[in-house]
Parts: sequence; C-alpha cells; structure tokens
Amino acid sequence: MYDISAIYEASSVENAVKLRQEHPDAVIIAGGSDVLIKIREGKLSGAELISIYGLSDLRGVTMGEDGTIRIGSLTSFSHITKDPLIREHIGVLGEAVDLVGGPQIRAIGTIGGNTCNGVTSADSASTLFAWDAVVELTGPEGVRNVPIEEFYLSAGKVDIREGEIQTAILIPKESWEGYKGHYIKYGMRRAMEIATLGCSVNVRLSEDKKTLTSLRIGFGVAGPVPRRARSTEQAFTNVPLTEDLPKEIGRAVLADVNPRDSWRAPKDMRLHLCSVMAERAFIEAARLSGTDLYGKAEGRGSSFMCGSREGQGDTEAGHQTSEAAEHQTDSRENSGTGSTPAACEAGGEAR
Amino acid sequence: MIIGKSIPRIDAYDKVTGRAKYTDDLCDKNALVAKIKHADAAHAVVKAVDVTEAQKIPGVVKIVTCFDVPRHTFPTAGHPWSTDPAHQDVADRNLLTDHVRYYGDDVAAVIAEDEVAASQAVRAIKVEYEELPFVLDVQEAMKDGAPQLHEKFPNNILSHTQIRKGNYEEAIKEPGLIKIEGWYDTPTVQHCHIENAVCYAWEEGGRIHVTASTQIPHITRRIIAQALGVDWGKVRLVKPFVGGGFGDKQDALYEPLCAFLTTQVGGRLVKLECSREETFINCRVRHAIRYHLISWVRSDGTLVARKADCYSNQGAYASHGHGVCAKGMNSIPQMYPCPNMECDSWTVFTNRQVAGAMRGYGMPQVTFALESHTDDICRKLGLDPVAYRRRTVMPVGFVDEFSKNELYSDTFNQVMDKGAEYIDFERKRKEYENQTGDIRRGIGMSLFWYNTAVWPISLESVSCRMVMNQDGSVQLQLAETEIGQGADTAFAQMTAETLGIPFEKVHVVTSQDTDVTPFGTSAYASRQTYAAGMAIRDCAEAFKKHILEVAYTYTRMQPYLMDIVDGNIIRTTDGRVLMTLAELAATKLYDLQNSEHLTMQKTTQLKSNAYSFGCCFAEVEVDIPMCSVKVLDIINVHDAGTLINPALAEAQVHGGMSMAIGYALSEKMLYDEKTGRLLNGNLLDYKLSTTMDHPHLEAQFVENPEPTSAYGTKSLGEPPALPAAPAIRNAILQATGVAFDEVPMRPHLLYRKFAEAGLL
Repeated sequence: MYDISAIYEASSVENAVKLRQEHPDAVIIAGGSDVLIKIREGKLSGAELISIYGLSDLRGVTMGEDGTIRIGSLTSFSHITKDPLIREHIGVLGEAVDLVGGPQIRAIGTIGGNTCNGVTSADSASTLFAWDAVVELTGPEGVRNVPIEEFYLSAGKVDIREGEIQTAILIPKESWEGYKGHYIKYGMRRAMEIATLGCSVNVRLSEDKKTLTSLRIGFGVAGPVPRRARSTEQAFTNVPLTEDLPKEIGRAVLADVNPRDSWRAPKDMRLHLCSVMAERAFIEAARLSGTDLYGKAEGRGSSFMCGSREGQGDTEAGHQTSEAAEHQTDSRENSGTGSTPAACEAGGEAR
Repeated sequence: MIIGKSIPRIDAYDKVTGRAKYTDDLCDKNALVAKIKHADAAHAVVKAVDVTEAQKIPGVVKIVTCFDVPRHTFPTAGHPWSTDPAHQDVADRNLLTDHVRYYGDDVAAVIAEDEVAASQAVRAIKVEYEELPFVLDVQEAMKDGAPQLHEKFPNNILSHTQIRKGNYEEAIKEPGLIKIEGWYDTPTVQHCHIENAVCYAWEEGGRIHVTASTQIPHITRRIIAQALGVDWGKVRLVKPFVGGGFGDKQDALYEPLCAFLTTQVGGRLVKLECSREETFINCRVRHAIRYHLISWVRSDGTLVARKADCYSNQGAYASHGHGVCAKGMNSIPQMYPCPNMECDSWTVFTNRQVAGAMRGYGMPQVTFALESHTDDICRKLGLDPVAYRRRTVMPVGFVDEFSKNELYSDTFNQVMDKGAEYIDFERKRKEYENQTGDIRRGIGMSLFWYNTAVWPISLESVSCRMVMNQDGSVQLQLAETEIGQGADTAFAQMTAETLGIPFEKVHVVTSQDTDVTPFGTSAYASRQTYAAGMAIRDCAEAFKKHILEVAYTYTRMQPYLMDIVDGNIIRTTDGRVLMTLAELAATKLYDLQNSEHLTMQKTTQLKSNAYSFGCCFAEVEVDIPMCSVKVLDIINVHDAGTLINPALAEAQVHGGMSMAIGYALSEKMLYDEKTGRLLNGNLLDYKLSTTMDHPHLEAQFVENPEPTSAYGTKSLGEPPALPAAPAIRNAILQATGVAFDEVPMRPHLLYRKFAEAGLL
C-alpha cells in the first residue's frame, strides 16, 4: 500500500505538459522503480503523481535523416539492449543498461527516468556522457535540447523546468560515427547492484589503427554527478597507440575525477579503481575498434571484472540511483527493498 | 525401498503455482495493521512519548507505548523450556521498552485501519530520550567503564565458559616449538529468508489465536503466554507454509507483541508484518565472533598445545545467548585433538542487532577461524593442507565424552578423497604455485564439524501421530515443521517405508496448530530427519503392530504371520494378500460391534546425538587490480549418513553453499560509529550473494549410515553453510600469498590488504 495523495495520467505529451503546469508540485512517474521506493520509505509519502507511462509515443529507438539516434524517454532498458539500431551503432549503451538491477527492473525502468533521477551512479548516464548525448525536453514553449553534461545540475537535480518533461535522448551522428565503446561497472556483487563506480570509454582510431584520434571517457560516481575526463581526453587526442597508452590514460584520469569517501567505498579505493577501469575499458574499446593491444597476454586486459558485462550473459544486472542520494545527503538509510532504479522524478526536484 | 529415492517434494506444485498459502495470504484483508515506532538512538532511556499528533491521523485506532505494556520480562530463544530455573533462557525482554538498547529498539506501536495510516502515525510520534553512551565492539564492551546494557551482567558479559585440558603453560615450554598465532574476525550477518517475519492475532472464545511464520509453533506459543502472563493453554498458534527461516524464526519475534496488541483493541484482528528493513534491524542476526588462536606445533606439524579465545557479539538482548559461541568453542578440541588446551568463550552484550540462531549456530564462525588457522600452520611449515589434515583431524573411533558422539567411519578421508578428485586438487595446487601478474588463481579447502539435534544440552522430545482414513491412507502429524527444507517429503518417505504403504498414501499435515498438533520442539539444530525420524519409526512400528492385531479379527491369522506391504495385509509365510489396508480401515471403522478409528500417537525422547562431517574445496580467480574474487569452482562433500531423498539433500547443500559464498565474499552488516545505526539494512546495500556470484555448485555425498539413527540419517540442514568461507579464503591465500583474517573478503578488504602487501 503506497501513500499517494493523487495520480494524474497524461494522455499525450501536450497533456503531460498541461498537467505539469496545473500541478507544479506533482512528481512525474514513469516506470516507478525509483518513485515508488521513495514513497515507501516515507521520503515522498503523500505525493501527487503525474504518470507519463502510458505515452507510447515516447517509446522506441529511431534514426533521423541526419543520422541522429533518438531514444524515446520511456524506452525500457531491456528494449534498448535488444534494439538493432543501438546494437549496430552504440552497442555499449545497450550493454551498460543491461547491468541495471535485475531482469524485472530492466523491463520496467526507463532511460528517461534513469537520467531524470539525476544520480551519478546511473549505468546509462556515464555512457550517455561518453556519447555526448543530448537531452530533449518538451514544455509549454516547445522543445528544448540540452547537452547531457549541462542537464545534470547537481546531485539529484537536473535541468527540467516548469511544465517540462523529458521526451528523448539524442545521439548525434558525429558523436557515434567511427567510435567504439566499452563500459565497466564496478559493484560489490555481480547482479542486483548499483555502481560503486562506472567508467565508459569511447575511442576512435585512425584508419591504419595506429593513432588514437579521439577519446571520450565518462565516469559515474567519480563525483556528485556523472562527469567526463576532459583533461585526459584532450591530452590523448591524436596520439600514437602504444602498449603504455592504457596505463598512461589510467594515470591521467586521476586529475579528472573527484570521488567521495563514504561507507560504501573509501575514496582511495575509488581513485585506484578509476585508473584501473579507465585503463581496461580503453583496452577493450580499442580492441572493439580493431586493435588488440595485448593479444591474449596473461595478466592484462579484462578477463573478468567485477560487474563488467563481459562473460556474464543477459541476466547480469546492476542497480542505480542511490549513490546520488548519498552525494546529496547521508540520510539514505532504510532505503529500498533492493529494487531501485530508473524513473522520472523530476517534479519537486526539477528546476 | 522408498528411502533413498529422489521423489519430487510433496509441496512443489502448490508452491510453484502460488496455491500454497503463507501467513499474509491467509490474513483477512480487514485486519487492523500494527506498525512499530523504532528508537532513533542506540542506547537511551525514554523519558516521554508524545502521541498527540499521531492520534489525530484518520484511521488510527490505538497507540500503545512502552509505558503501557506489562513490566515483567520474558525470554525469546526458541529453546525447549526447562523446568530447572538454572537452565532457562535469560528473560530480558519487554514487549516494548523504555530502555533502548539498540538503534531501532521498539518504543511504541500503532494500530490503524490500514498501513498508510499506521505509517503516518509512526512518523508523527515524538519520543524524548535521555541518551546514553553506547558500544558496538565486543572487546570494548567487556572493558571496565564500558556502557552497561543490562544491570545483572557486569562488563556486559552474558556468559563465560572454558575448556582446560592437559597443561598449556607447561607444554609450550618444550624446546623447538613453532608458534602460530592469528586473530580471525567474522561479521554480523542476517538470514534474509524470502518471507519476512509476519503474524496476526485475534481473540475468540476467550483465547488468543495467533498465526505466524515461525519455525517453532509450540515454543512460540509458550513464549507468547509468558510474555502476556496468561496460561499457556489460553494461546493457540498456527503455522502455515513458511518462506524460509534459517534460525531467525527459531525465536519469538513479534508474535508476543502482536498477541498483546489484539488484547488492546477488544480482540480485533491485528496484523504485524516486518518490512525487509525491520527484518534486518529488529529480527535476529548471526553472532559476529572474534577468535584469537595460538597453536604450538613441532616442525612436523604435530599439535602440542593450543589456546583459543572466542569473543561473541550478542547484541542488545540475550536471545539464544552463549550456546552459539560455546558450540563453536567445544568443537575445537574435538576437531583437531590436542593434549594441552585452553579455550575460553565470552558472550557479550553490545548495542548492535540482537544475535540469535542462524544456520550453523556458531559453526560458520569457528570453522572460518580454525580452518584458516590450519592453513596458516601448513603455510608456515610448508605442509600440504590435505595431507596435514589427514594426520591431525579427529581419528576414527573418537568419542566425545560429553555427548557420547562417536566417529564410526573414516569420513574425513573419504570426503577429502572425493572433493580432491572432483576439483583436481593436487595438480592445480602445483600449477598455481608461484604465480605473478594481475590475475591469479588459487585452490583451497576446509573441513567442518557438526552434530545433530540438541541432546544432551536440552530436551529432545518428538510426538508423532498417525491417523488412518477409510481408504488406508494416513495423515501424519508432527510438530517438526516444514520451512522450505523438504522435511515433509522426507517424513512421508519414512512413514511409507516403515508402515508399508505407498508414498502417495501418506498425507503430511503441513500446517501446525498447537490446538491439534502433538508436541514437538520443531525445526532447528538440523534435527528433523534424525529426531522426527525416530518418532516416525517409533509410531509407525507401533501402529503397524496395532493394525495387524486388528487384522487378526478379520483374517483370523496370527499377527506375527502378517505384515503390511504396499498397502496390503499379507501373510508372510506365502505372501498372499489377505485384505487391503483400505478394506481393513473401513471395515474396522464401520464395525457395528466394535468400531475403532485406527490411530497411533507416540512421544519419543532421544538421548543420543550424531556427528556430521564433510569438506569443501574451492578454486578462485583473483583480479588483484580490480580487488575482486571470482569463485570458479566449488564442491561440498557431506557424510550425512543415509540420504532419504538425494535430490532434496543436494538442494539443501546448494542453498548452504550459496549462503556461505555470501558469508565469504560480500555479506556484512555495517554500523555508523557515530550513532550506532545500522547503515545497510536493506537488500540493496546488504550484499547478499546472487546466482550471478555463484559458479556451478557441486554437492557430493559419502553415505555412512549413522548407527544411532532410525533411518541412518544425521544432520544436513545447517552443515552446508559451514566450510566454504575458509576454503575460499585458503584459495585466495594460495593465489596471492595474502592471508585474510576476516570475512567477508569484500573489495574494501581486498583493496586494503593487497595495498598493504604491495600488490597494487
């Protein structure tokens, strides 16, 4: 039994925008896998809800004439993982969201909810950062596009303005063309987990595979919101691929991250893992791009990684949300039943 | 023979189709809902409880505070009652308390029309505390001047027991001895049974009726009566299907409070269901026990003297108390006999969650310590861990003086042979020596000790009733509960075997009702097939004898010339079927001259106990930079005597291994040092291991029939959870050279220890 004072079901995007204006304090609910947990915990008890879950127009993945990949905000994780466009062009996103929670959560959780929740640990977020994704918002004044890095304002706060709902995530062609990526999720177990740290690396190599022409690294839980390793990316653009390169990248990212010390993981451990994960995700992304830096050399590469998708099959999982809550406040005790992630909860927290 | 067949469990279809009804399924949906106001201080005296705002919330029926409950205290442990006050459990509980002893202790209860109103009211209750200093660590709590939890227990020591053998101080003077010393720490963990604790209660006919998810119906009824101060017969308890207990439900949890609350609202139906968070915070946990082991050995490994100090963290209330730590300590001199020993155990109150019974009852803790320590000895002396254990472990013919348990067979060698062969121990042990690099493999093993049932420490009494229907089928009634382990199926197999009727003709009454079910102490101590087996055999043999005497009237054959085979009365001299049991049962029941409903009931008291031993072998891969361990392969080998149902036995082992992998690698209840609050009391932050964290779980058996057992069985319920943690630890030791001295070996600890060892 949930303590909900009212629920308004949107019949269309326009109607959702109208409901948002009429009920500015109401919380948007999509899949509900975050909102319902907060209601149960008492943090959102008595809330008014606007449900957008019935807006089927917001589901699915399409490619525009200009090559932009458009992911409707209500597209579920399991849908994204299986979608042919995603698999062909930005496979790492499907792999990353396949690490969310468990199968049930991935069936109900949406990518819109995952990003609107504003948490640093969202498995989709670090990967979307690495892809230079753009967030599409629809409001009373029409559509507004925001680069994902600007969409995240602070822990748990995203740039959704009055009357707006998030309607899509866009990956422009110039962001994905020629790139390959790999995501590593670090968790304390291999399923039903939120990321202790997430690292998503995209690389683009020269045609002869000898030069790294572009590098993008997205981190989750390496700061209050997902972040890019900008100085590392700049330092390693148009550099020759060498055996030492992964380790150098691993060392360099330390200048770009600022993980927190908490009971979930100490800061020095997270810093250490930032290096190792950047190194290993880079090796794998380079391998996917056609260069195997170490072959099958023992002791290198990624034969297994805690929480990495590799070798773990479709039932693999991972949980999201609450590292962000941890960054907001320490009061996340008694959180949740173990199922958490993904849902739109812009409402009260949006600005 | 129906014994030894892997018959599908009798409740399988009802459970997988959702037809089986658990406590919450059965509760009338109009029930009032009770919610508890838990303290937000770790140690405090409640000065006042303000319910003014809470009472205004629509739907609130009644609020009961710590000042409204009976003042007398009661015990909660699910032990058989003792009529000797010296052997009774410590009675330190009130239904609600004004002396808060852990963060989350029970201060008040709200009864409301629904869950939402009850939750809102709980949030609206204001409690005024006088906060007291608190203590979480077991050794800190023993110090002079530490915060005191219970008046009667100075230095918070609930109990201290010891073992002295030979002369330790003299023995260690032998020249040339090598000293191996280690501290081994184990965590507070929770059972995480899938069905949270839940009960409901109402009054009817001047009595209190309670339905509860419990392992121990008769004991819980007794505790409810004690808590409320009413005659035991005034309380009736019903146990429906139970979604797991693992010992947590071998304690009275909220049944006494729920029974009290119904009396506060005119006997209206009140339901009290723990959330998952409350199951972590307010039910029971496994004792965190810290060990300090010192062994003095000759250069060939011969044990000359050993010292063991065991510090058990009891948490806030006594519950099962010292028995848990003492059991582990008592196993040490039995497992590896040594002429000179000094063992001491302390069970100590702290402001942590209340520790009670949990699968293995002190043994996963001591097994981790002792089997890790044994490998530390081997490493120091350069000895092979299997060969060393073959030399030093309890020898065949060993008899424990107290329990009279005897090792009748060469079990330890047999299980090690099987385990080593399956995992290819010798070859891999060599292959994994002297590895370098980031990713390394290792292989390790451990043995374990267990016993069966609780004799001679406590009463072992089982009553069994068999009631025959007109079709020759039989209802079987026992208080030994089915809680998911498959007991009912095994009981049906035993009954069919001894009575001589087809398996399908045994109807096990799976729900216990203390008004109807004969007395038994129920599901704990891995006693079900051993203890209930004796009662079933006792009752079935007497029943058969009686049936054959009745059959004489109709067959005119002497009872000693007849037997019951496959549901027929046969003449043993030529095998002729004289009549079917169905004919006999119906004829006798409807006999106009001399009617009788064929039934039998026996109470059987056990005065024996049985060893149950085995081993685990584990192979791991350690990713050093990632601070991560993956179990590649793992096998448990058990000698549980004769297996009644091999498929169920295997399933039991799988469950225990899963639990043990979590114990080894991920599960730990974490505390905020500033407030004493449990940080991770939910299934997201408490890292219960998942199927993705397990490799294939191999379960194998050696079947040496137990001579003292009615069906050759001995314990298998708890032992599977014992040996994996030290086996995994010893495998990590081989892979990395790092000797872990605590579980769980989660990434935090791996990071710290690998950094200390210069591996990162």
